[in-house]
Amino acid sequence: MATHEEIFKTLKEKFGDRIVEERLDAIDPFIVFHPSIVQDLAFFCRDEEKLRFDLLSLVSTVDYLPQAASADGKTPAVAGRIEVVYILDSTVHKHRLIAKACLDRERPHLKTVENVWRAADWHEREAFDLMGVVFEGHHNLVRILCAEDWEGHPLRKDYVIPDTYHGIKNVIY
Amino acid sequence: MKDIRTEEMLLNMGPQHPSTHGVFRVVVRTDGEMVLESESHIGYLHRCFEKCAENLNYLQVVPYTDRMDYLCAMINNFGYAQTVEKLMGLQVPPRAEHIRIIVAELNRIASHLLALGTYGMDIGAITPFLLAFRDREKILKIFEKLCGQRLNYSYVRVGGVSFDATDEILQEIQDFCEYFEPAAIDEYDSLLSYNGIFISRTANVGVVSKEMAIDYGLTGPNLRGSGVRRDLRKDEPYGIYDRFQFEIPTGDGEQGTVGDCWDRYMVRVREMRESAKIVRQALASIPSGDFVDKKAYKSVKPPKGEVYHKVEGARGELGFHLVSDGSAKPYRLKARGPSFCNISILDSITASGKCMVADMVAIIGSLDIVMGEVDR
Repeated sequence: MATHEEIFKTLKEKFGDRIVEERLDAIDPFIVFHPSIVQDLAFFCRDEEKLRFDLLSLVSTVDYLPQAASADGKTPAVAGRIEVVYILDSTVHKHRLIAKACLDRERPHLKTVENVWRAADWHEREAFDLMGVVFEGHHNLVRILCAEDWEGHPLRKDYVIPDTYHGIKNVIY
Repeated sequence: MKDIRTEEMLLNMGPQHPSTHGVFRVVVRTDGEMVLESESHIGYLHRCFEKCAENLNYLQVVPYTDRMDYLCAMINNFGYAQTVEKLMGLQVPPRAEHIRIIVAELNRIASHLLALGTYGMDIGAITPFLLAFRDREKILKIFEKLCGQRLNYSYVRVGGVSFDATDEILQEIQDFCEYFEPAAIDEYDSLLSYNGIFISRTANVGVVSKEMAIDYGLTGPNLRGSGVRRDLRKDEPYGIYDRFQFEIPTGDGEQGTVGDCWDRYMVRVREMRESAKIVRQALASIPSGDFVDKKAYKSVKPPKGEVYHKVEGARGELGFHLVSDGSAKPYRLKARGPSFCNISILDSITASGKCMVADMVAIIGSLDIVMGEVDR
């Protein structure tokens, strides 16, 4: 079992400045990586002897709307982003890694990792369905939970709930 | 006779089919009795729990977690409450910690009882189902006395639990443990587990290798059935699980191959014994005092931040990814339902070319899915 510091150090040595941010002070420490290295990082995390992250636990997504600058002229760093959060576990070393990729919410494209962990197949389909993240290279990127002809991605913060669906009225109490 | 031939056929199983354990549809391409490939379709129960959660305050989310895995709602409440507590940095009173463990393990037993009862019925054995429901009823009666609910408890809440467990209830739980372990479980073993017909229907069927199980992100009894010793209660103890002695049963190919349907089934039966052990230990050490942190309970407003927390549910690792912007409502709440990953392996099992249509039923049953959690 490696500590968060050791895991982050191993990744930093391998990927250098492509690891954009390391947050050891967070309640659950995480790293932010550049979206371009997602596949390399995934293969490295899975195969490197010291890491062996063989279980992809979850692919989560968070949407942050663009924001106007506040009174002090700063906008929050997360504004206008979609974050894709990978939560990895190792059944060998029993440690965990949380790794994030920050995408432009206007064009949230990212390479698939379903060739690394097959669990990613359905998780990525769900992220596409509900958040509209496009995973390039996925063999079957279609909606999984919503109906095939559903419009929009419900978990986007600016999603407008439709009034009707096939003539069924949406009643809001 | 030589004129008899088979041909390929597309067969639609579900969504309303008793063997699919809910509204789950599989399109199966068959050749005679053999399954060539299958394609799973989910989403029939989708109500976007995650979107709902963004429009509710932290306490109002609790009943929605009940309805994810409605067969072990206590553990869902437990996982959610701990996630919020982790973000708030909140300690719950020791009595609440004990009560939480007791109800979580009782609910795990109830959930496994339903799993093995319906599994027997899938295979064609009706009697074990009646016995399993007889015993499950005892647990539901205890829960009803405890919080007024039989299925959707909303019992474990941020800061503690909603009602105290009286001495009378604790005594009833103790009596249940005496009755249930080992006598009642031995009865299931002799009636179903080691029944020759049951073994021939489940041993060597639906084999999931260790590598494949990990690759698909299987967790819980399904992963342990493939021989991987991984249990969050031991590996990353949450609550006060680190104080109790119990074993982690894994599949060992006793009746056939490691990771077959029988192994997955048997892990659940053995887990019930371990759960009863934990309940006994927790009952013996339960302290008196508060059952809820009343101050925290009144206004749940975590600071800005982000956490991921997971607990060992009856079906595997139940995780919550919570992002808070400091307001009274979650900014984002993502739930990892273990059944979602567990059922994604089905198409790959049936592609082995050794699976018959009747085996499909045995395989789906052995994965023990709850669609409320798959679709969320």
